[in-house]
Amino acid sequence: MEMYSEQVLRYYEFPPNKGKIEADFHAKLNNPLCGDEIEVFLKTDGAGKITQASFEGQGCAISSASVSMLLEKLEGKSVSEAKETREEDVLKMLGGITPARFKCAFLGLEAVKKALETK
Amino acid sequence: MTGFDAIKIREDFPFLKRKTKTGKTPIYLDSAATTQKPVQVINALTDYYENKNANPHRGIYELSEIATEEYEQARKKTAGFINAGESEIIFTRNATEAANLVKNSFAAEFLEKGDRILVSGMEHHANIIPWLMLKKKGVELDYIEITPEGKLEENWEDRITPKTRMVCVTHASNVLGTINDVKEICKIAREKGCVTVVDGAQAAPHFKPDMKEIGCDFYAFSGHKMLGPMGIGVLYGRKELLEKMPPFGGGDMIRSVERQSAEWNDIPYKFEAGTPNVEGAVGLGAAIDYLNGLGWENMRNHEEKLTGKVLEELSKFEKIRVLGPLDTKERVGAVAFTHAKIHPHDLASVMDAQSIAIRSGHHCAMPLHKTLGIPASARASFYVYNTAPEIDAFAEALRDAEKIFRVK
Repeated sequence: MEMYSEQVLRYYEFPPNKGKIEADFHAKLNNPLCGDEIEVFLKTDGAGKITQASFEGQGCAISSASVSMLLEKLEGKSVSEAKETREEDVLKMLGGITPARFKCAFLGLEAVKKALETK
Repeated sequence: MTGFDAIKIREDFPFLKRKTKTGKTPIYLDSAATTQKPVQVINALTDYYENKNANPHRGIYELSEIATEEYEQARKKTAGFINAGESEIIFTRNATEAANLVKNSFAAEFLEKGDRILVSGMEHHANIIPWLMLKKKGVELDYIEITPEGKLEENWEDRITPKTRMVCVTHASNVLGTINDVKEICKIAREKGCVTVVDGAQAAPHFKPDMKEIGCDFYAFSGHKMLGPMGIGVLYGRKELLEKMPPFGGGDMIRSVERQSAEWNDIPYKFEAGTPNVEGAVGLGAAIDYLNGLGWENMRNHEEKLTGKVLEELSKFEKIRVLGPLDTKERVGAVAFTHAKIHPHDLASVMDAQSIAIRSGHHCAMPLHKTLGIPASARASFYVYNTAPEIDAFAEALRDAEKIFRVK
């Protein structure tokens, strides 16, 4: 199955950025469809650059891999660049996501946007 | 089994013959959400619009009489189906709206601040939300806990307080599959002076619920879960209660209207505001005819056999936990489960890739899932048109999911 690529499964099984960190930005979001919950943490330097990003929570393979891969990509980017991340970027990053799973795929992105907006 | 042949029954269901994007015949295991429709029901809808359509109840002309006759004939069939009086059948949009009607008319009128409602811990949101909405009136909710086997706790009646006015419980759980002894529950509740509301959405499709035998005050079910069209549901209400209840809405509820007052119509009409869903009622009538023709005992046997096979297949998976009773006599054919390593959404996606439709999520029973300590579950549910080979394919797809997710 295209949706469960080697990459997606690897990030699901062994997310490199799981765990709570001291952060400047953080937000918790759940997927009302299934009750999955994801919390993201973003740490920045003085110049508005994201230096470290991580997440906590339980979810399906798609939402878990999606948030993990996304946060990895955001490290080193500026807050304004992170804010500009689009849903299409997430779909491209994951590959093969069927419409029924868009909500799962976008959960991490939504959490990131919520985190960056709430401060 | 006398003359019950699921393969032959499938011939009546055009949807089951369609192909999916990948060119496969779909395996539909989500009948607890909605059932597919036999051609007999589809034809009844077409026939209604081609030959019988007019606004019922108000027209003097012949065509309106035909529509009225069709609508009332459907009510009669429904009353026969659940062994109730015709005036006790109120057509609604679905079971959820039926429960809301009880809230809006009965509970809003007769419950007061400080009163309590006892609800079971295995309810669908449809039998929780209406009562939660009474909180602003000062009405409080208590819950009947469930056992690890997915049954109502023993001595649940101890939770009835002197202030408890209503007991709301499902006839069959849409997640656990558990069939509750609603006859006994209603008896006890009645002795303690409580009004009973039974959610029959998952029960009515599987065994004819007999209102006289159950002895409930209200019973709600949906047409679309029992081969009928969407948008038609039923609220059964005991006559004495319905007569006391105020109407809400407009249109057909009225006998006469003065500038400052109105006289309400008789039951059930005072609860059916505006032009009703005649087409839906006619379709439900056709569905009841169809199910009667299959034979309720045959259907139940078929369902128990399939459920037994599913439970047996699932028991072969070390990492799968089945929710609800394991005895097929104690449950309906909705089997929810979790996998220790694979999220329900992922299971459903793997199944979907093989054109197998199962449901995943909380199935509109979030408090129950919380009690079970899980965010979501996967659910396969079965009806008259499902077959043993479909369950083999389902089990095979589970094995595939384990392969994809490298479950050891």
